[in-house]
Amino acid sequence: METLQSLADGFAVALTFENLLLALLGCFLGTIIGALPGLGPSNGVAILIPLAFSLGLQPTPALILLTSVYYGAMYGGRISSILLNIPGDEPALMTTLDGYPMARAGKAGEALAISGIASFVGAFFATWGLVLLAPQLVKVALLFGPAEYFALFALAFATLGGVASRNQAKAAMAAALGLGIATIGVDGQTGVPRFTFGEVHLYDGIDFLVAIVGLFALSEVFIFLEHRASGDASTQKMEIGRITPPLSMLRETAPAMARSTIIGFIAGVLPGAGASLGSFVSYSFEKRLSDKKGTFGKGDPRGVAAPEAGNNAAAGGALVPMLALGVPGSGTTAVLLAMLLALNITPGPLLFQQQPDVVWGLIAALFIGNFMLLAMNLPLVSLFVRVLLVPTRYLMPAVAMISFVGIYGISGSTFDLMVMIVFGVLGWVLRKLDVPLVPVILGVLLGDQMEKNLRRTMTIHDGDWTKLFDSWLAIGLWTFAVVGFILPLIAGRYFRPKLADSNKVEGADPD
Amino acid sequence: MRKVLGFAAALLLASNIAAFAFEPGNTECIAPANPGGGWDFTCRQVGKALQDLSIIPGTMQVTNLAGGGGGVAYAEVVNKRNEDLNLIVAASSATATRLAQGAYPGNDMTQVRWIGAVGADYGVIAVAKDSPVQTLPELLDMIKKDPTSVSVAGGSAVGGWDHLKVLLAAKKAGVEDVRSIKYVAFDGGGEAVTQLLAGSVQAFTGDASEAKGFVDSGDIRVISVLAPERLEGDFSSFPTAKEQGIDVIGANWRGFYAPGNMPDDAYNYWVESIGKVYDSKEWKDIMAANGLAPLNLRGTEFQAFVKDSVDSITELSKQIGILK
Repeated sequence: METLQSLADGFAVALTFENLLLALLGCFLGTIIGALPGLGPSNGVAILIPLAFSLGLQPTPALILLTSVYYGAMYGGRISSILLNIPGDEPALMTTLDGYPMARAGKAGEALAISGIASFVGAFFATWGLVLLAPQLVKVALLFGPAEYFALFALAFATLGGVASRNQAKAAMAAALGLGIATIGVDGQTGVPRFTFGEVHLYDGIDFLVAIVGLFALSEVFIFLEHRASGDASTQKMEIGRITPPLSMLRETAPAMARSTIIGFIAGVLPGAGASLGSFVSYSFEKRLSDKKGTFGKGDPRGVAAPEAGNNAAAGGALVPMLALGVPGSGTTAVLLAMLLALNITPGPLLFQQQPDVVWGLIAALFIGNFMLLAMNLPLVSLFVRVLLVPTRYLMPAVAMISFVGIYGISGSTFDLMVMIVFGVLGWVLRKLDVPLVPVILGVLLGDQMEKNLRRTMTIHDGDWTKLFDSWLAIGLWTFAVVGFILPLIAGRYFRPKLADSNKVEGADPD
Repeated sequence: MRKVLGFAAALLLASNIAAFAFEPGNTECIAPANPGGGWDFTCRQVGKALQDLSIIPGTMQVTNLAGGGGGVAYAEVVNKRNEDLNLIVAASSATATRLAQGAYPGNDMTQVRWIGAVGADYGVIAVAKDSPVQTLPELLDMIKKDPTSVSVAGGSAVGGWDHLKVLLAAKKAGVEDVRSIKYVAFDGGGEAVTQLLAGSVQAFTGDASEAKGFVDSGDIRVISVLAPERLEGDFSSFPTAKEQGIDVIGANWRGFYAPGNMPDDAYNYWVESIGKVYDSKEWKDIMAANGLAPLNLRGTEFQAFVKDSVDSITELSKQIGILK
C-alpha cells in the first residue's frame, strides 16, 4: 500500500503540463531516433542531455524527457527492422528475423502493430516490476558472480541454433566470426592490445553500432547496386496489408508476450546483460517452445512479439540496478546514470528513501510515456509503412546516407566510417555465402562480456575450472544450456522433413 | 624542412598574437570519451560554470571524441589542432597513466600544454560490511602471507589507475612481488562494488565517489582513504592510509590540457579561467555533490605534477611487466 501511495505521489509530480509536454516530445524524438539505423537509445539519450541542460530543467523533468526518449527508442528500433531488414538499434536485431519476412509477405502493417502492442506489454509490466520488486530484485543481481554470468552467456550461445532456421553449421561459423571480432581491442584483464596493429582507433574494440550498420544497412545497399548492375533490379511491389492485427493474432501471440516479458525483465535487471540479451533469449526460448511447425524465421507473428516484448521489458528492468545500485544494466542506463550524477542525484541503495519524488516521478512518467507511445505508434503505423512504397532506387541512397551520417555523428571519426565499409563488404560476402548475419552480431555483442567473466572467474579462483559449476544457480544455467543445445538435435529429426518442402521465402537474410 | 618552416610560422603567428590580449572566440571542450563518463562530465560541468560565471562569451561546445581510452582525441589535438586557441581537452589520471604506459602510440605528455586541475577523486580501499578485515595493514598482511587468498576488484583495466593504487599501497607495505596480487577488472566501479557485495571478491579499489552510495547505506566499509588527510563530510570517519603507516596517495585528478602550440597569452587566459571556476562557490558545490576533493594545481605547477605522476607510473608499470 505504501508503494501505491508513493506511486500516486509520483503521478502528482509527473502530471503537470510541462512534464506531459516533455514526455510527448521525448517519446516522439525517441521513436524517430530508434528507427534510424545507427542511432540507438544510448545515442538518443546522449544527444538530448545538452538539450535538457540548456533548457535549464529540474532533475525530475530532465529525467522524464530522457527516459521517454529511452522508451521511445526501444519502440522505434523495430520499425526499420521490420520494414527494411536493418535493425534500428542493437536490441531490435532479433525483430528482423520474423518481422522482415512478414513485411515481404505483405503483412508489414500487422507486424508493426503487433510489435507495437508487444512493446507496450513488455514495457508496461516491466514498469510494474520496477515498482513492486525493485528492492528485492537487487538481491537477484547479487546472486550473479562472474561464474554465473559466464554460464548465462554460454546458455545464450548454446541456444543459438534457435536463430538460424536453415543451416546450423553456418550459424555456428557466423557466431565464431563474431566472437573473433569481439577480441579486437585492449584486453582489460592484462592491458595488452589485441589485433590492433598499433592503430589507436582499434584500442576500444569494434563498436557494435558500426558493425550492425555496416553488416545490415550497407550490405543491403551493395546487394542493391549489384542487382542494378546486372539489370535485374527487383521491381516487386510491397504490399502493406492491414494495419490492425486480427484478434486471433493477438490471442496467438499473447502467451509469447507474457513469457518474453518475464525473460526480458530478468535479463534487464542483470547488470551487463541488457536488452540485447533479453530479446535474444526471449526469441530463442519462444522458438524452442512454440515453433511446432517450423514457421519461425519465415514471418511468424510470435517471432515478432517475443523479442519486442523482451527488449522493452529489459529496458524497464535495466532501471532497477541503475536506481537501486547505481550500476547501469545497459549502455543507455549508463548514460542516464551520468545524467543523474550531473544533476547531483546519487543513485544507490538509499535513493528510494532520500529522493522519493525523483524516483516515483520518474516511474509515473514511464507509465505515462508508455501509453503515449502506444497511442502514437498504432495510428502512425500506416505512415511508417509508406516507407515500403518508396522505390528502392530512392530508398537505398537514403539508407546509405543515414548510415554514414549516423555513424559519423556518434564518434566524429572517419576511421569508424572505414570500419563500417569493411563490415558492409563482409556482410555482402556473407549474404552471398548464405551465412546468417544475426549470429555475427550476437558474437560481437555478447562475446566480450562472456570472455571477461570467464577470465574474472579464473583470476579469482586461481584457474580452478570446477568453480564454474560451484553454485546451484550456475548448475541450473548450465543444465538449461546443455538441454537447449542437445534437444533440438534430437527433436530436429522429426521436424526437418517438414521443413524441407516448406515455402521458399528465405528467413533471416534474403539475398 | 616543411616542419621547421611550419614551426617558424607558428612562432611568428604566436608572437604577433601575443601583442594583443587574447580574446576567446567559439570555445570548445573535447571530451575524449562517449557521453556519460568522467571526461564528459568534466567538460560539461566546467563549460556550464564558465558560461554561468560569464567568463567566456556564449556557450562552450562539448565535442565527444571517443576512442583508444583518450588516445584518439590526443592524437587529433597533436596532429590536427595544435594551433587551436579556443580548445581545451578534459583529462584525468587515466590520461597520465596511458601516456606513461605508451598506450597513445607515438604520443607523449610534452606534446600538449597542461592547464590545471579542477579537483580530485581520492582513492579508497573497501571491504564488505561483514568482512573480518578492519584495517588496510590487515588486508595487506593477508596478501603478503597468501596472495591467492585475496581478490581485489576495481573498475579499470589491468594496469589502470584502480589497479596501480593497490600496487602502490602493497609496495609501501613491503609486498615484494606486486605481480602476485590478484586484481580483477570490471566495467566500472559500480560493477566492482556489486561483486564485492555478492561475495565474489574480498576487496574493492576505486574512487571515493564510486563508493559513496554504498558507504551511506552501510553495505561496505572503507578501510582506508588514499588522501593526504581525512576527507570532509561523510568520509571523515575513515582513516587515511598514511595514518595506518602506509604513506600512499592515490588521487584521480580531473583537469584539462590545451594544444601544444597554444601561445602564452591564450594559455594564460585558460589557466586563469579554469582557476576562476575552481575558486567559485558554484564549483565548490559541484565538487561536494560529486565527491570531488580539493586539488588546486594550475599552470606550471600542474605541468610538473603531471610529469611526476607520469614518471612514477612508468616506473611501476615496468615493475609489473606492463612496460618492457
